[in-house]
Amino acid sequence: MTTLEDVLARAQGELLEADTLMLLDQVRVQYLGKKGLITEQMKSLGTLAGDERKAAGAKINLIRDQLVEAIDARKDVLEAEALKARLASETIDVTLPGRGQQIGGLHPVTLTLRRMSALFSRIGFDIVEGPEVEDDYHNFEALNIPASHPARAMHDTFYFDEHTLLRTHTSPVQVRIMESQTPPLRVIAPGRVYRCDSDLTHTPMFHQVEGFLVDRDVSFADLRGILYEFLTLFFEKDVAVRFRPSYFPFTEPSAEVDIACVMCDGQGCRVCKQTGWLEVMGCGMIHPRVFESVNIDAEVYSGFAFGLGVERMAMLRYGINDLRLFFENDLRFLRQFSAF
Amino acid sequence: MRFSEAWLREYVNPAIDTDALVHQLTMAGLEVDSVTPAAGDFKGVVVAEILDAQPHPEADRLRICQVGAGLDQPLQIVCGAPNARVGIRVPLALVGALLPGGLEIKSAKLRGIESFGMLCSQKELGIEEDASGLMELPLDAPIGMALRDYLQLDDQLIEVDLTPNRADCLSVEGIAREVALLNALPIQYPETEVPAPVIDDIWPIKVQAPEACPRYLGQMIRGVNRHAGTPQWLKEKLRRSGLRSLDVIVDVTNYILLELGQPLHAFDVDRLEGGICVRWARDGESLHLLNGQAVTLQSETLVIADDRKVLALAGIMGGSESAVSETTQDIFIECAYFEPSLMMGKARRYGLSTDSSHRFERGVSFDLQSRALARATQLLLTLAGGQAGPVVERVSSEHLPSRPQILLRAERIEKILGLSIPHERVTMILQGLGMTPERDPLGWRVTGPAARFDIALEADLIEEVGRIYGYDHLPRRQPVIPAVMLPLSEARLTLDRAKDLLVDRGYQEAITYSFVDAGIQQLIDPGVEPLALKNPLSQELAVMRTSVWPGLLDAAIKNSHRQQDRVRLFESGLTFRPRGNDLSQEKVLSWLALGCQESEQWGLPSRPVDFFDVKEDVEALVALTGRLEELRFVAVEHPALHPGQSAEIRLGEHRLGLMGLLHPEIEKRLGFPSRVFLVELLDQVLRDRQLPRFSRLSKFPSVRRDLALLVEQNVPVDALLETTRGSAGKLLREAQVFDVYQGPGVEAGKKSVAIRLILQDEAETLVDTLVDEVVKKVLDGLTQRCGARLRD
Repeated sequence: MTTLEDVLARAQGELLEADTLMLLDQVRVQYLGKKGLITEQMKSLGTLAGDERKAAGAKINLIRDQLVEAIDARKDVLEAEALKARLASETIDVTLPGRGQQIGGLHPVTLTLRRMSALFSRIGFDIVEGPEVEDDYHNFEALNIPASHPARAMHDTFYFDEHTLLRTHTSPVQVRIMESQTPPLRVIAPGRVYRCDSDLTHTPMFHQVEGFLVDRDVSFADLRGILYEFLTLFFEKDVAVRFRPSYFPFTEPSAEVDIACVMCDGQGCRVCKQTGWLEVMGCGMIHPRVFESVNIDAEVYSGFAFGLGVERMAMLRYGINDLRLFFENDLRFLRQFSAF
Repeated sequence: MRFSEAWLREYVNPAIDTDALVHQLTMAGLEVDSVTPAAGDFKGVVVAEILDAQPHPEADRLRICQVGAGLDQPLQIVCGAPNARVGIRVPLALVGALLPGGLEIKSAKLRGIESFGMLCSQKELGIEEDASGLMELPLDAPIGMALRDYLQLDDQLIEVDLTPNRADCLSVEGIAREVALLNALPIQYPETEVPAPVIDDIWPIKVQAPEACPRYLGQMIRGVNRHAGTPQWLKEKLRRSGLRSLDVIVDVTNYILLELGQPLHAFDVDRLEGGICVRWARDGESLHLLNGQAVTLQSETLVIADDRKVLALAGIMGGSESAVSETTQDIFIECAYFEPSLMMGKARRYGLSTDSSHRFERGVSFDLQSRALARATQLLLTLAGGQAGPVVERVSSEHLPSRPQILLRAERIEKILGLSIPHERVTMILQGLGMTPERDPLGWRVTGPAARFDIALEADLIEEVGRIYGYDHLPRRQPVIPAVMLPLSEARLTLDRAKDLLVDRGYQEAITYSFVDAGIQQLIDPGVEPLALKNPLSQELAVMRTSVWPGLLDAAIKNSHRQQDRVRLFESGLTFRPRGNDLSQEKVLSWLALGCQESEQWGLPSRPVDFFDVKEDVEALVALTGRLEELRFVAVEHPALHPGQSAEIRLGEHRLGLMGLLHPEIEKRLGFPSRVFLVELLDQVLRDRQLPRFSRLSKFPSVRRDLALLVEQNVPVDALLETTRGSAGKLLREAQVFDVYQGPGVEAGKKSVAIRLILQDEAETLVDTLVDEVVKKVLDGLTQRCGARLRD
């Protein structure tokens, strides 16, 4: 007759051969199931009497416990193996690119405009837009550029009729705001402007940002301070800035602002035409006649205004060397700015 | 305005080099555009005379010249210039000379004949472009003298880009005034002696338009020798200022123009028929101009005429008939002041822009005429002989510009410039600008100089003070801005956010011109007459867009020609729509998609973009406003779009925009390789935002029921959903279409639509009977209103 030890030994042998969880379970059922060998043994205890039964029972229990332990151990091994196999089978090539759609990008003009607007709006400038089809009054007359003024020749204007035109600068927004609001005023007016000119360095449409500040005690020193700060922060470096006297009918004193060439650090290169300086904006104190046309008392209030070309600033910031690229909308160009 | 530095230094000679001078001018507002040397870099070139010139036995075009260069012996030079002839004086590059570009002159044999140097043209010396022959020097040029010294070629030509207000600097004297002031030096004016008249002859002058010509001076000179020749120094000054030497009379008038900024004109007295008359042109009069152009005059043109004919466009250009010519002996010199505001733009009407019109339009000093005329006559008499008559002057004082007295307040200087400038300094600056300031308790009282047309207000003076003081010496400070918080509306969707969403959804922002080709505009928006530019740059940029689509389509087609087969572009900007006499300038946000929905990749099957891909963009954008529930798409027809794939987009009460597939005819006509989807939304409508409103979260489970419906295929899904929402009652949380099917198993003309209902109560767990009741109500509604029935 087979002893319990034999049963255990056989079971242990079968356990080792069971190499899947399913086979392992078969082994368990064979020995520990309702009709399993060990279970049968337990059932047969009833035929024994008293002490004998107790001793045999204890022995069976011991064997059973050993077997349960062995099964559990084997199960752990098999589960670990199964997991390992699953992990191996599920391994992918993580170097394959991600699925779906890549993001697009903003136009460099928008990036530049946002940057400028942010710098000014953080110190309390409002951002205001105006119409692009303007009347002669707001674009010229109110800005102290009467019909016969030589400065009109500097603006190659697109006309619709005698009185209607495409704005040649964003300065009419200045007039519109001053007409309808009272100082103090702090405004940035970005937008498209138009000049009847097209060559290597001119496009018939481009973008300007007009900024102005009107208050009781605003001086040229404030203008110099704010623009110096702006240019330094915009380019994120301590650029040399110079104010050069110039002429705009709507400001006085008027200045053009040059910065040390950001391409060559003022050493002289193709971009700055070897001068070391780049003209980046025009500015000045708002002309008393402009105040007069919008009924602001120039004895009480003073103000400064400035205007700058967005494409030019974008070119300097991002190293773009051809103005015309801005409006060709070549995806190979546009995609270079997707990172922002 | 281009001038010679050496000429400037005759007036005022500060102890600074060219670079410093240029910087000084630029920083005073006379922006220097370029500095170029008066001649190329050369040495070893001397004045020489051709003593003998014999033909070369071996070459027709070469000559063997014996050239005197101040050495013991004449030099033998072989020369190919056509004008090489005995007696002329020319530049000679000696053996060892270095010419511009580094060419070194060596002795050489030319076709067997030895040559010891080279005779030079202007071009070879970097003086002018003229390479047609040897540069001929005056016959009194000292032989053997270094050419650089003789012509004083160590000079720089300075080009200043003058702003339109600085007509006073359109002369060497004007520039000199600035330089003198900037360096606190006096000016050395050339000596002008007013020549006493030696004859009595005067030519009658009548000014009929004194408002346009408040001052007119004329003087006769008889017996001028037009062939006298212009001296080398004068020719050089003209050349260095960019003018060509013509004859002594014209050269002298041009010289005065450059020196003083006063345009002059000389008439041939023999061609005058009756007195000079300054008047407005009569319509239809005509004139042959000096440049060969024939013009028909307009009435608002000021002319110089005699009794019979128009002689000249006043202040612009003379006529050819009365011009100084070969046979001229007696001349009448005109020296006038014309009113700038009445000269403005007149030259341009005739397609002209002359040195004279440029100055008169901007303003010539109105007290310069008599000095300028004296200077011209003096020079002419010296250089070309003749006898001058008395000067005749016609003045209309009331029409001369007035120069009002201006009060300049010290306090105001400080307020505007942000700096208190010492009194003496201000006084000095005002004086240096040609004014005589009077002290006033508040500051100064001054009158603007006659040469300055831009000094009328206190602000003009403050600018001048700041300019001369130096902008870069003025202080810099941060403006003081009150810490007032600005409103920050949450009920507005920002355009930046909307654009960012499109970027995140794979779109690239484009910026296209606001004016487009009328043809494409017409194709896209045939119902609207666009606003047309009067002076477009080209046909492609002729009318204002009424939609951004033409621009985006143009950009897309160009990209697809650059092998970009997947294009997704968006743009925001104004559109311009005429409405009766008004114009609506409305901002839109538009986009376009063509090619594959995703770019070709390993992980997704490639498929072309379709209507619903683009519709999802719209839905995502509207989701940003929190008003997705108000969004509706209504099938419409639009001439630019496929009639079966276009929709008007509505948001609440408003029309938000339009979307659809570009009409196949237009797609073909524009040459697109694949289908193009377009969207255009009105920015204003898109921007209104619904603030989030919290509603309590239910603790009870939701129940899902799916309905598979059969309906006529033309029933829009929207109608099914509307009906569902309308009839389900308050337990409905969500109703979504999750399948639409046509094909085997569904009878022709019908479609199967599967709708998922999510029901939930806030107060209790839903029991089946209640759910069944809701589903029945929904089904009844769908059957009655949409003819739907449950699919078996």
